[in-house]
This record gives sequence, structure tokens and C-alpha cells, in this order.
Amino acid sequence: MTANATVNPQQTKLLKEFKLDRPLTSCHWDPQSRFVFCGAEDFLVHRVDPASGEKVTLAAHDSWIRAFGSSLDGTTLYSGGYDGRLIYWPASAEKPEPSRIIEAHQGWVRAIAVSPDGKHVATCGNDRLLKVWDAATGTLVREFSGHANHVYNLVYSQDSRQLFSCDLKGVVNAWALDADKARALVTVEQLHGYDTTFRADIGGARSIALRGDGGQIALGGITKVSNAFAGVGEIIVALVNPADGKLDLVLQSKDKVTGTTWGLAWHPDGFWVGVSGGGGGGWLYFWKGDAAEEFFRLQLKNDGRGMSLSPDGKQVAVAHVDNHLRTYSLV
Amino acid sequence: MKRHHPCGSTEHGLSRRAFLNRTAMGSVGLAAGLGDIITSRTTIAEQVQAKSKRVLNIFLHGGVSQLETWDPKPNTDTGGPFRAIPTSVPGMHICELLPHTAKQMHRLSIVRSLDTKNGDHARGVTEMTTGHGRMPGVDFPHLGAVTARSLMPETFVLPGHVLIRSSPGGRNVESEFHSAAYLGPRFASMALYDGNPPKFDDRPGDITDEADVRRNAIRERANERFLRRRRTAETEAYNFSYDQARELLANRHVFEISRETASDQERYGTSQFGKHCLLARRLLEHGVPYVQVNHADYDTHHENFDFHIEQLGEFDQPFATLVADLAERGLLADTLICVMSEFGRTPKINKTYGRDHWGTAWSVVLGGSSIQPGAVIGKTNANGTEVTDRVVDHGHIFHTILQAVGVDSMGEFEIAGRTFPVADPSRGAIAELLT
Repeated sequence: MTANATVNPQQTKLLKEFKLDRPLTSCHWDPQSRFVFCGAEDFLVHRVDPASGEKVTLAAHDSWIRAFGSSLDGTTLYSGGYDGRLIYWPASAEKPEPSRIIEAHQGWVRAIAVSPDGKHVATCGNDRLLKVWDAATGTLVREFSGHANHVYNLVYSQDSRQLFSCDLKGVVNAWALDADKARALVTVEQLHGYDTTFRADIGGARSIALRGDGGQIALGGITKVSNAFAGVGEIIVALVNPADGKLDLVLQSKDKVTGTTWGLAWHPDGFWVGVSGGGGGGWLYFWKGDAAEEFFRLQLKNDGRGMSLSPDGKQVAVAHVDNHLRTYSLV
Repeated sequence: MKRHHPCGSTEHGLSRRAFLNRTAMGSVGLAAGLGDIITSRTTIAEQVQAKSKRVLNIFLHGGVSQLETWDPKPNTDTGGPFRAIPTSVPGMHICELLPHTAKQMHRLSIVRSLDTKNGDHARGVTEMTTGHGRMPGVDFPHLGAVTARSLMPETFVLPGHVLIRSSPGGRNVESEFHSAAYLGPRFASMALYDGNPPKFDDRPGDITDEADVRRNAIRERANERFLRRRRTAETEAYNFSYDQARELLANRHVFEISRETASDQERYGTSQFGKHCLLARRLLEHGVPYVQVNHADYDTHHENFDFHIEQLGEFDQPFATLVADLAERGLLADTLICVMSEFGRTPKINKTYGRDHWGTAWSVVLGGSSIQPGAVIGKTNANGTEVTDRVVDHGHIFHTILQAVGVDSMGEFEIAGRTFPVADPSRGAIAELLT
């Protein structure tokens, strides 16, 4: 943590709860701090005003929604669904209607990343492709192929000139926007397993984040899986150096908590925040990044499936399985 | 020493001598003669007429989700993330994970109303493949054994009951062996692993044909001497296996999918299941009465949706290709197709995106032979938590499969003076599904 710390993770406490009708799958804090957008086990985007508790639904997807992004000024919300669609929404409209619907991928859109300069929106999905869209017009700018499996997550470099992606088997690639081919960074073996009993692959980056200085990619998921179909495995965060592809460190839970790291963020005070759900229940983790084990963790009321840091860094929102969006104060 | 057949009888075995006599007469028989089988309601002629029929059973081990396959409920609290897609049958929708199969649904029918009241793997496998509720101490013959016993022609030289599966190493619910129970071990399954033919060991090159005949005659004499005093079900089964192995050796080409054209191999794909489907086609074309292809695993308590993408992604195209090929080659009229599991999966989605065991409202697919194509039998409620029309169970499915291939499922096997029902007499076929 920095000397001028603004928060104290050890003080983390539940702030507010917002009940929805279905189990949540994801959440995203808008850059203006006005709303938290949620996906759930329905075909809707749920807009929650954390100040008033007002809830508005945005309907245009034909499946669950797990990926979100925002324009830098927060006027436009981008949502990606398991219907393969990327949808642009006027984020603060009283009754938001889509301003653009793009049939982006064959199969699920698994993740969205907005470039730090705000010019592009990138998506990835089950068609094993990465696509880069013009943020203003929705025009397809680039399409990248090269992953052999479903692409689970992606994040932009600080300078907006590269994308980093990770697939089901833990293969991490770097894609320069002015090049055609990927630069293979590393295959994080800990992020993938093949269950010989059930004859199925399990793994992938279920969450991703870039360190504030751009010098590390954090990839969250499940590891040491002994039973893929029962989800018996431990949470993991792999820290990869984007310059040389070196696996810097593997973050874990002190008590080997069973589950999956479903959300990740880099806090400006200089630590990683993660949320998990699974057999071991829901937990918020705080890792300094220089040691494998967390320096603090908080057990949550229920399993987490997604997490978002508030723009001021003082709160995290967690999408919970028990139909609740909860906000937690870090101060 | 008395013979100890599974049923305790001494009457339903085919002796090695009888077998070889038939061989000498040019009518090699791997099956028991029809004289062993007496059904109460059908004539021998009718049975003979039924003998060109076959059964293909695709068993999706672990319990495939009905919501991600045959009975989708999109945008409900239980429906999951997938959409329903139209099929080649107007008004019939299935899950979007089966786009190739959707184009073949005019050749298949869905039973959406199974309530088997069971969530146990082993019990489910037993009940779905024997048609009987599991009873302690009672062993019922597998569907494959009943089919082989009923349909295998006397002159048939190949095994009548073939199981195609992955090599051992998966869970024990994925059967490695199908019991024939009181029908006798010769109707038990012969397993083929990983798309490969049986392991054939060629005769050493320095043994001539004449020498082979002589050494076989010595073996036969020794066998006969032994059997005069020590005849058991097991010794007969050993002899049967030996004789069958010789026949298999002579017919090894039947098991070699490498003999299929490159384009056919490409159409079925490189997955193991694809190879298994191509092998199944080859066996059915050669008249094998019962072929079961196992595909594993669907026991998705965790990440049900990701795993169904993965598993059904393997299943869809090869299965659809097989259905289309059987139809185009004129085999579908005589081949019953079934896609079953031991149970379905819970409508409720658990906290790790999984679905658990569920026998209360789930689906099976049937097609071909005398099955009405393009039908939907039964119905579940809006979110799939209960059957609202035409409840059936494993017993009804078992009867329906057999009746669709011309077997009187209400009949009986008579063995050693005892009668055994072909199928559970407390159930019957789904009559409206039969043409």
C-alpha cells in the first residue's frame, strides 16, 4: 500500500444491500459513481442507484449478461451477453434503450475491455476471437484469431496499443493493434486442468485486471482441481509480466479456500482486491502482490460472482448468488 | 459337475459342438436357437421378421441436462443462458447447443415427460438400461442383451451386443460391461474402446493352415473330454468366446473405421465420439442388432453451462451425421435410435452455475424404426420443475424401444421351465409414439 493510503482493507464492512429477483452474475460501477450495473440469471441489465436504491432494467439481450464496460465519461454503457451481442446503452437515460446492437461473436461474449484512451471497445468470446470496435461508431476495427480455445478474458495495456487475453487453457497472448499475429506471453498451467475422470477441461481466466503501472496482469480463476464437475479446487490469481511473459507470482488463499476468483481489481493504494465464490463460500481478498498469501480477507454473506471497484476506490460492489448486490466500504 | 448359468438352468446354452456343427453346415450361429426362446404372444415367424431390426442407444453418462438439450426453458428462472432454436419440425424447439441435431429432428421424437423418481447414478443406469426398478438380489438383463437375444439371426457371425466407449479410467457409472443376467453370458456386451477394433493377434506366420487345423482339433478333443465331466456356464462361455474370437478374426474389417472413406471420417470429425459414431454406423450396416455408444461426462454440478458447451459440442455434429447417414442409406426404417441418460439435471441452478441430479421431469429422444418421427410426447411446466402431461418412466421407454423393433415386450422368455418377462409387465409402450 502507498504511504498516502486512502482506505484500510482491514476496516472493510458491508455498506448496503440491494435485492434483485434472480442470482447475480456480474457487476460494474460506472465512472461517474452514479450506478452499479448488474447482470443476473435473466436476460436483463439491472441498473442500481446505490444512493437511492432505485432499480431500472435494460432489456435487449437474449441471454445472460456477464461483461460490462463504460465510455470514459460514463455516458455510454457497453454490455456483452451470452447471446453474442455487444450493446451500447445511454447509461443514465430514464428508460434506456439500446443505441447500438452489434452481433459481435458466434457464441458467448465473455469479456469487454475499454481502451484507456476511450477510443475502442474490445470483446472476446467462445468463437475464439478477439474483436476491436470503434467506441463511437461501433465499426469493427480489428479481428484477432489465434487462440485454440474459448477466450475467457482480456484487458488493455496502459497505452491502449495492446490487448492481453487468456483462454480456457491458461494461454496468455499479447496482441498489438498494429500487428496481425499474437505474441505468446505464457501458458499459466495453474489456470487449467483436464479432469481425466470426467474427461473435461476446466480453467481459464474468470477475472482479469492490470496493475496501475501496467507492469503486471492479474488472472483469476480456479486451480488444483481434483473434481471438475463438483468444482473442487482452490482460488488462484496468477500475476504475469506483460513485457516478458514471466509468471511473477501465484496468489492463493492462506487457508486453501475452495472456489473460483470471479472478480479482480487493482486498488490505487497499491494492492489487489479479489472476490471468490464456490465450495468455500464468498470471500473478499486483499493481496499486496509481493507475497503469495493475502494480508487480509473478509468472509461475505454469500458467494461472489463478480466485483467492481468504485471510481474513488473507497467501495467495492459484489454480485452475489443470493439475488443481492452488496456494496462494501473499505474505509 | 452341474452347469451354473446365471439363472441356474442347463438348457439355454449353445454347446461348442452344436456351434461347430452349424459352422460346418454354413450357418454359423452365435446366438441361441429360437427353440430356446418362447414368447407368449408372438409367433416364430413374427420374430424372424423382426430380425433385421437394430437398436442404436446413445448413452450420455452422468445425466445430461434436459434444459440444455431437448426441453429448453429460455428466460425463465431455471432456463440458464441458452436460447431455444427451431428445428426441422415446425413448432419444435431444442437448445441452441444442438444446431446440427435440430436439422434432423424430423427423423426423431422427444419424450419430455420422464419421471423416474431417482437421482442416483448407478440406480439410474440400471433402471434405464434394464427397464426395471432396481431390486436387491435381482439382476435383470441389459437392453442390449434383450435386443441381441430377440433379434440376432441364427446365422449371424458377429457379436449381437456391442458397447462402444472410452477406455477404462472414467467413473464406474460408465459401464464397462453390460450384464445379460439370466439370458446367459453370450448376450452380454462386447466392449470396443476408443474407436479401436478388438485387439487381434494374427496367427504366427510359421503356422500353416494345415497345422492350424490340426492344433485346433487337438484343442477340441481336449475340451470335449473336459466338458464331459465339468460342464459349467463358464466353460461354455469360454468356448463361446474362443469360437467367437475366430469369427471376429475372420470379420475384423467390420471393426475398422479406417476402411471408411476419408470424407466420411472427416464428416464425423476427429473427436473420440465422432469416431465412435462412425464405428456404430459400420456395425449397424453389418447388421449388429444392438450398438450402444457411451459419451461422458455430463455430471455437471459445477459450471453446467460451460461443460455442456464442451460436451454437447462433441456430441452434436457426429450424432446428427449418424442420423442423416442412417436415413440416407435406408437403415433408419429398421434402426431404432435412442438418446438416454441415467437421469436429467435440476431446473434449479446452484451457486456454482451447476445443476444437480434430477429424475423428476426430464427427456429422452427416440427415432427410427416404428417410432413416429417429429413428435413431442409429454410436457413439463413453464420452468421445467414438473411433468404436466403423460408421465412415463424407464419401464415405458424400455417397452417402446423393444416394440419399435418388433419385439413383443409383453412376452416372456422361458428358460429352464421358468418364465421371465421381456420387460416390466407393470409398464407398457408409449403407444402414441409407435406408428
